[in-house]
Amino acid sequence: MATHAATAEGHATGAGHDEHHKLSFIRTYIFSTDHKMIAKQFLLASLLFLLIGGILAGLVRWQLGFPGQPIPFIGSMFSDTTAPGGIILPEFYNSLVTMHATFMIFFAIMPLLVGVWGNFLIPLQIGAPDMAFPRLNTASFWISVPAGILMLASFFVEGGAAGAGWTSYAPLSANPEYSGVHMGQVLWLVSLIILGFSSLTGAVNYITTIINMRAPGMTWFRMPLPTWSLFVTSWLLLLAIPILTGGLIMLLFDQTIGTGFFNPATDGEPLLWQHIFWYFGHPEVYILILPAMGLVSEVISNRARKPIFGYHAMVLAIISIAFLGWVVWGHHMFQSGMNPLLGTSFMISTIIIAVPSAIKVFNWLGTLWKGDIHFDVPMLHALAFVAMFIIGGLSGIFMASAPVDIPIHDTYFIVAHIHYVLFGGSLFGIFAGITFWFPKMFGRMMSPKLGKIHFWVTIFAYNAVFFPMHNLGLRNHMRRIYDPNSYEYLQPLQGLNTFISIAAFILIAGQMIFAFSFFYSMFFGEKAEQNPWKSNTLEWTAAGHPPGHGNFPGGTPHVYRGPYEYSSPESNEDFLPQGVPPEPVRRGAVPREPGFLPTGD
Amino acid sequence: MTSHATSAEQNMMVPDLTFEPGMKVFNMKLGMWVFLLSEVMFFTSLIGSYVILRFAHPDHFPEPGVVLNVPLTAFNTFFLICSSVTMVKAFAAIQKGDQQKFKLWLLGTILIGAAFVGIQAYEYSLLVAEHFGPSAAGYAPVGRGMEEGGPIVGGPLYGATFYTMTGFHGAHVSIGVLCLIFVLIQAMRGKYTAADHRGVEVIGLYWHFVDLVWIVLFTIVYLI
Repeated sequence: MATHAATAEGHATGAGHDEHHKLSFIRTYIFSTDHKMIAKQFLLASLLFLLIGGILAGLVRWQLGFPGQPIPFIGSMFSDTTAPGGIILPEFYNSLVTMHATFMIFFAIMPLLVGVWGNFLIPLQIGAPDMAFPRLNTASFWISVPAGILMLASFFVEGGAAGAGWTSYAPLSANPEYSGVHMGQVLWLVSLIILGFSSLTGAVNYITTIINMRAPGMTWFRMPLPTWSLFVTSWLLLLAIPILTGGLIMLLFDQTIGTGFFNPATDGEPLLWQHIFWYFGHPEVYILILPAMGLVSEVISNRARKPIFGYHAMVLAIISIAFLGWVVWGHHMFQSGMNPLLGTSFMISTIIIAVPSAIKVFNWLGTLWKGDIHFDVPMLHALAFVAMFIIGGLSGIFMASAPVDIPIHDTYFIVAHIHYVLFGGSLFGIFAGITFWFPKMFGRMMSPKLGKIHFWVTIFAYNAVFFPMHNLGLRNHMRRIYDPNSYEYLQPLQGLNTFISIAAFILIAGQMIFAFSFFYSMFFGEKAEQNPWKSNTLEWTAAGHPPGHGNFPGGTPHVYRGPYEYSSPESNEDFLPQGVPPEPVRRGAVPREPGFLPTGD
Repeated sequence: MTSHATSAEQNMMVPDLTFEPGMKVFNMKLGMWVFLLSEVMFFTSLIGSYVILRFAHPDHFPEPGVVLNVPLTAFNTFFLICSSVTMVKAFAAIQKGDQQKFKLWLLGTILIGAAFVGIQAYEYSLLVAEHFGPSAAGYAPVGRGMEEGGPIVGGPLYGATFYTMTGFHGAHVSIGVLCLIFVLIQAMRGKYTAADHRGVEVIGLYWHFVDLVWIVLFTIVYLI
């Protein structure tokens, strides 16, 4: 079937996949249709946006740690409408907070998880020659470029960038008179509408590829967990993004042609925006964490040299999280005005999500139990993911309970929670993924020494930044406030704020180690062998780092077993790749224990 | 596990090549199905917002036929349904390999689709002349056949939701017409045969979907 699909779509790539053909520089590096090159394009672009988002976070922390003081070193570079003399203005602060979240969520974490790993891993892990629609895949990346440029450009238009928060609650965002930002808000909306098309084309491609182009023997329950989680995530993207697009379009009309969908002045409904936004927004939360869970499952199983504990349970947990994600959006709106009975039902559905989440956590712990654990850099990041996700998950339960949410809503407790799941969760998962698959992407190993320094700096600085924020939140420090010292009861917290800010600067500086290691290893790292992690999945059996166009020049691989057969009694080594045919084994030679049965059967 | 059970009997493990062939449709068709699901969600967000706003502010939404020209749009709806029939005819023709009829029916679909968009634009121009605009500032219709300067019927949410929903549907029809023109050019070059006419099938799916959306929109915007 995979070969049939490949030939059926062969016209789309211009030629048969198995032929060796030279392409021009532009077709190879810029408008490439090769999924691996598109993954690298997404990787570089989104790491750039990660840096930009980090710088914006640094500016926010400067204002909170040292309110009213001029920004050192770069302060003189700011214009009079943003930070005259290096002192951040309140309007600019609003833009900083808004754009930090926007860049990090839509332009860094989402493409780092879905754009990069969806493209790089899906065809390689299921044994397909490329995506189902290679040219659509190229379009997916190049649609996202103008979206990023427009979003960046919004800093330089009159009125500055959008300042209504990443949630863009109406009517603040619906009428330029309220926030003082018109053009910036319009660009924000247009940019996200365009970016939606990029996500949509990606999602259509991933879903079609996984359903139709799996290699012979790659049954649903032999698929590696990163591919499973990306498959489920693609469905969330496919169905959630158009909801947001509809809302963004209505908000755009409110801003530009003066419709009144969300503007109470014309009987519009501001709450309607919140419902639309969070109906998209909560599946979005799982879009941001599920792929990281998949990557981490792969790394933990591999580096503990054990089959993943409860493979089927892991898959079902991913699916049930995705389903439940559609019926919990109201928990973002407990304080927005809601029938308490409805609030209670949202509270119950939200708390139920703890069940599949906990299943995943216990399965990771079960995988580690008595494993042959290798503390390599990817494993350190994966373990940090599990630990930080537990903290973020537990603080989530506080917010899920409507009565507890009353005092902590819109405080720094929320900021702490979102960063524990989005940085502690997603970003550590991304670091685990990049350090794990770097050899497959670039043919060289990332420096383990620099990797470990980066990891330890990050994990310590990260906790120093975000753990005290729980405390700030419980002391009612607002989530979005320009100068907390304007409230007397927040003045004693200034010391804590300054501590957080200094830790944040260390955290940002620590990421430069990663950036250096990334580019240094790309050119000067130790050459990687064919299968450096002794992994079972198909991408490591594809020759070449990365494999050439067509992925599997020797023909479509055949798959004989599940993806996590580590320390299998059927093999003399501690791993048993999916594509290796089973050797004839004499009867009785292998003691069969139920616990070691192949996960996929 | 059956393979392992039998393998014990045979003293050898049989290679287990369990084979799942995916869906028995070609990639482009599957991709279109998946894409149309996202389109369902897009129109759901617009229609859902309309439903909520209408329930919240019934005074903004006049009785059917007071502002909108229902007979004109009913005629247009009939037109669009006809274009679905011609699309089916085109598909049936190419399935039999009848190139001449195929191109003719395809051309018919394009013309009817374009006419639908044209009539919709004409309808918009009439409505705007009657001060039924999308913006809150431009909303002042007095109702069809009423004296100028009479009391305004409905409220601005009516104009906003009407133009957003029908406008985005019109945009979808326009994109469909452009795609059909592309398919027609390909057909002229002889790309489609009785054996392979996947492009026709895929664009047909999109066309019928857009038609279906219009039937829903016509009902909830014009009739109730």
